Amino acid sequence: MRARVLIRPKAGILDPQGQAVERALPALGFGGVRNVHIGRLVELDVEDPSQLPAMCEQLLANPLVEDYEIVG
Amino acid sequence: MRFGVIQFPGSCDERDALHAVSKVGDGVLLWHRDRDLQGVDAIIVPGGFSYGDYLRAGALARFSPIMAEVERFAAHGGLVLGICNGFQVLCEAGLLPGALLPNTSLRFECRQVELEVVGRTKWTAACEPGDRLSIPAKHQTGRFWAPDPVLDELEANGQVAVRYVAGHAFNGAAREIAGVSNHAGNVVGLMPHPEHAVDPLTGSADGLKLFESAALVAA
Repeated sequence: MRARVLIRPKAGILDPQGQAVERALPALGFGGVRNVHIGRLVELDVEDPSQLPAMCEQLLANPLVEDYEIVG
Repeated sequence: MRFGVIQFPGSCDERDALHAVSKVGDGVLLWHRDRDLQGVDAIIVPGGFSYGDYLRAGALARFSPIMAEVERFAAHGGLVLGICNGFQVLCEAGLLPGALLPNTSLRFECRQVELEVVGRTKWTAACEPGDRLSIPAKHQTGRFWAPDPVLDELEANGQVAVRYVAGHAFNGAAREIAGVSNHAGNVVGLMPHPEHAVDPLTGSADGLKLFESAALVAA
């Protein structure tokens, strides 16, 4: 099965990448953009998708500072 | 006093660490795929970019075979120091609390920083709380972070090893924390590089204090 895992910084943790992009967009003429947050996408083929949460907890995400979402 | 310095693929400060420890004892390079700690009295997880910082800084090195031995060594009270990338590795391995996030500036920054010794850890045993150390820092992912209750606990337990002096916390670290220890104080991690500050020729020899501390504790 092809799986996709979205990993993003936890709410409330300063995300300087998101802030930098948020500041850059108006410079290109795109107004009205707020709350930009940048995470990453992991795509993987897995034989046993029930293992995905454990993979996220132990390696793909750092649960202390990141949330993950398995999006199928 | 025999120090072991671990070399991962992508480590780059292991030679400086060996040079630094040679001033207070002997040093031996330990390859990350080995499982034999060669009877060392203390272990240094050095700076660099282990596994290219892929996924997250320090995330992959913790799975090197030697890290299982380091965890065992630490659990028995062995002295372990993580410097910069080594600090990131120890946090990812769960040997130290917290996490290191990208600097608020998003830049790699290299500068001499003033640190204040805070807690009484094994790696600062030769210092008094309040002592100042001038040591270089060079990193892009050094913003220490932990949830507020954890930070409160670290402060209450004396686990904040070193703090940036006011005006030197360039990376945005929570409560200006530059380095922390585990509860027992035998495992310490810090972002600045004591191994680069062991000779007045390069500006400061204050970093020696950490290696002298380990020698003092091991004696």
